[in-house]
Amino acid sequence: MGRASSKEDAGALFHSLRSAYAATPLNLKIIDLYVGFSIFTALIQVVYMAIVGSFPFNSFLSGVLSCVGTAVLAVCLRIQVNKENKEFKDLPPERAFADFVLCNLVLHLVIMNFLG
Amino acid sequence: MLLSSDDPFLARPNSLHSCARQRLQKEERISFTLIEMARSLAGFLVLLLVISICEAASLFQPISDSHRSAALELFTSDHGSFKSLEETYEALRTFQILGIEKKPDVTAAACRSISETVGSSSTPKDLFYALKANSIAQCKIHEKASEGIISSLNAAVSGASLLLDFYYSIGGLVLIKDQSSKADIHLADAEGVFRSVKAFSQSDGRWRYSSNNPESSAFAAGIALETLAGIVSLASSELDQSLISTLKNDISKLFDSIEKYDDGTLYFDDKLVDGHEYQGPLSTTSSVLRGLTAFAAATTGNINLPGDKILGLAKFFLGIGVPGDAKDFFYQVDALACLESNRVSAPLILSLSSAVLSLNKKDSLKVRVTTVLGSNAPPLTVKLVGAFTSGSKDASLVESQELKFDHGSGLHILNDLPKSIDVGSYTFVFEVVLQEPEDEKVYVTGSQTKVPIFVTGIIKIENSEITILDSDLGSVESQSKLDLAAKNAVSLSANHLQKLRLSFQLITPRGRAFKPHQAFLKLRHESKVEHIFVVGNSGKQFEIVLNFLGLVEKFFYLSGKYDMELTVGDAAMENSLLVAIGHLELDLPEAPEKAPRPPPQPVDPYSRYGPKAEITHIFRAPEKRPPQELSLAFLGLTILPLLGFLIGLLRLGVNMKNFPTKPVPATFAVLFHVGIGAVLLLYVFFWLKLDLFQTLKAVGFLGVFLVFVGHRTLSHLAAASAKLKSA
Repeated sequence: MGRASSKEDAGALFHSLRSAYAATPLNLKIIDLYVGFSIFTALIQVVYMAIVGSFPFNSFLSGVLSCVGTAVLAVCLRIQVNKENKEFKDLPPERAFADFVLCNLVLHLVIMNFLG
Repeated sequence: MLLSSDDPFLARPNSLHSCARQRLQKEERISFTLIEMARSLAGFLVLLLVISICEAASLFQPISDSHRSAALELFTSDHGSFKSLEETYEALRTFQILGIEKKPDVTAAACRSISETVGSSSTPKDLFYALKANSIAQCKIHEKASEGIISSLNAAVSGASLLLDFYYSIGGLVLIKDQSSKADIHLADAEGVFRSVKAFSQSDGRWRYSSNNPESSAFAAGIALETLAGIVSLASSELDQSLISTLKNDISKLFDSIEKYDDGTLYFDDKLVDGHEYQGPLSTTSSVLRGLTAFAAATTGNINLPGDKILGLAKFFLGIGVPGDAKDFFYQVDALACLESNRVSAPLILSLSSAVLSLNKKDSLKVRVTTVLGSNAPPLTVKLVGAFTSGSKDASLVESQELKFDHGSGLHILNDLPKSIDVGSYTFVFEVVLQEPEDEKVYVTGSQTKVPIFVTGIIKIENSEITILDSDLGSVESQSKLDLAAKNAVSLSANHLQKLRLSFQLITPRGRAFKPHQAFLKLRHESKVEHIFVVGNSGKQFEIVLNFLGLVEKFFYLSGKYDMELTVGDAAMENSLLVAIGHLELDLPEAPEKAPRPPPQPVDPYSRYGPKAEITHIFRAPEKRPPQELSLAFLGLTILPLLGFLIGLLRLGVNMKNFPTKPVPATFAVLFHVGIGAVLLLYVFFWLKLDLFQTLKAVGFLGVFLVFVGHRTLSHLAAASAKLKSA
């Protein structure tokens, strides 16, 4: 009885989550997709390293960190752009986007240097 | 007539000669006591012979051409002139004695310096040497100059107080007497001068230089004798004979202080008190001889000196050989000239052209007797009275026999060496007997002369054979005869249970068994490890037995091919040999763990400093890379999320509605995207080939551009959305 209910609860939870997510604005969805994509890329790199070994360790690190870094920056952007976030009410989203672009460029410069 | 035979110093036929000579000179001195030796009649005869030989055997050579060539080298002059009158005199006198022709530039320069000295007022010493040089150079001196010299020398005589003052002034007067036309130059108070010079003498025969200085020397004695001889010759009347006889006593006392070397040479030497004044035995002895002969020439009557002392002095000068210094050369040659013709006695020297004789070449013993300067001796006979093996006290090996005199060459020859003389080193004893009894007063020959002789010959090697024997049974496994005169190529093989035997016999030309200095057998392994064994002898036969069982460890357990070499050598053996016998294949057991390793062979010195082996750097082995297909597969897999992102974007309904339409903002927007693209492209180039600094420079420029453009675009967008919001 309990198990079935937890299963039902999980199902209900999942559905409510999905419907709530549908309500998010488009730009936030784009950012989420972007984050997902970069994390997924990082995962693939980790799997590759697990298979062949970490010989050029710096390359592995730079690859993974680039993905993770850009994901982090995207999350920051999402926080800043989200209208529901009262903290960043006065910050124009373009400004946040400009920061995002700049930080990404710097991140990628460092990554390219570390790539070897 | 002077000798012109082969130079004994250069034409040594056998290099062993000098070694033999040195060896013989170092031979034990024959020491003996009368009581010991006088045991039998034969012993008594030996005793007589041996007693007379109180010195070691040694060989002296008279003056020869090597002296002449050395003199020309030593007495070098700068365009004929020497540094001082003394040196000029010494050079001229040496050339005169040796019979070297006077060179015109030397004579001219000598005459120049002589006339210079004679013309100006010079010290008695300079005048003395100038006149001495003139007695040989025969330059003319002006009448007026010679008068001036005589008067100044006379003044010097009367004013002299030191021995050397007397020496120079009296000597000068004697010389000018011979050279000038004036016949009568006499000393005013000859006896007074004689006494004043005699005052410098001492009781032990030596003389002092001055009355103040207590130091005395034999050198000064020689000078004093010369001075006194000059006084006697210049005296107008006979001097008191007692003075002369006391002087003769002084001379004998001086000769009592004569010193002796082991080889029978006699010399005078002074105590080394003051290094500056010390003259050395050569100049001291030379000075004494000069004084002695001058005195003997000036006085009548005999000076009784034992002949062997004169002979000892002659041997001293001849034993020097060819001196390397001009001053020493002069002293030697001048003293020998005094000995050559003097009123006491002229020594005769017995010399051999070669002291090494070969039995096989049938060399004959050639003896020459000459004066010290190499001139001919009066008629005499040379007898060989005995021959003894070096260092032994046995009876003489030969009977007393006379040597035949060859008038043509002036040599006394013994044609065939007696049969009792085999190879080895001997001491031959010669006796020189003058034929005319009057000559005995003039010449002195010495009682007996001992001469070291070295006899060599070809040694026959007979019955040489090499055998491999079985160790236990002693049975012969293989045997081969050897011809040790030529190279052999015997090939033998043995194992460690066998023995190798090499035997041969050595026979001298006279048919006796010979024991050489060296007899070695050398075995050399192919790895250059060598082993040397001494071949022992038992009476007649030389034999060596190598028992390999006992030698296994000595050979370091090295099996393989060994080269065998035999060395037989001796100083008396003309055919000493080092001959290869052949090869021996030796089979030894394996080396145990703790066996000694053979010593490392000497490294070729050139290879030690030559180039070493090249070192190739071994790089770190590259890491194992994954197979290329796997990497490419994952590359594809990595692109997949990007595609997923793009597809997701499309699914979400991404649009470009917000892209500005007006041209200016549109340009900026485009430029913004182009700028970002440019930066990313720059990063790609950075990874491909640029370095960080170039990239940073470019990023700097692009970044500034991007900021400007981005600011314009984004502010435009912000303004647009704000307008939308407000609207």
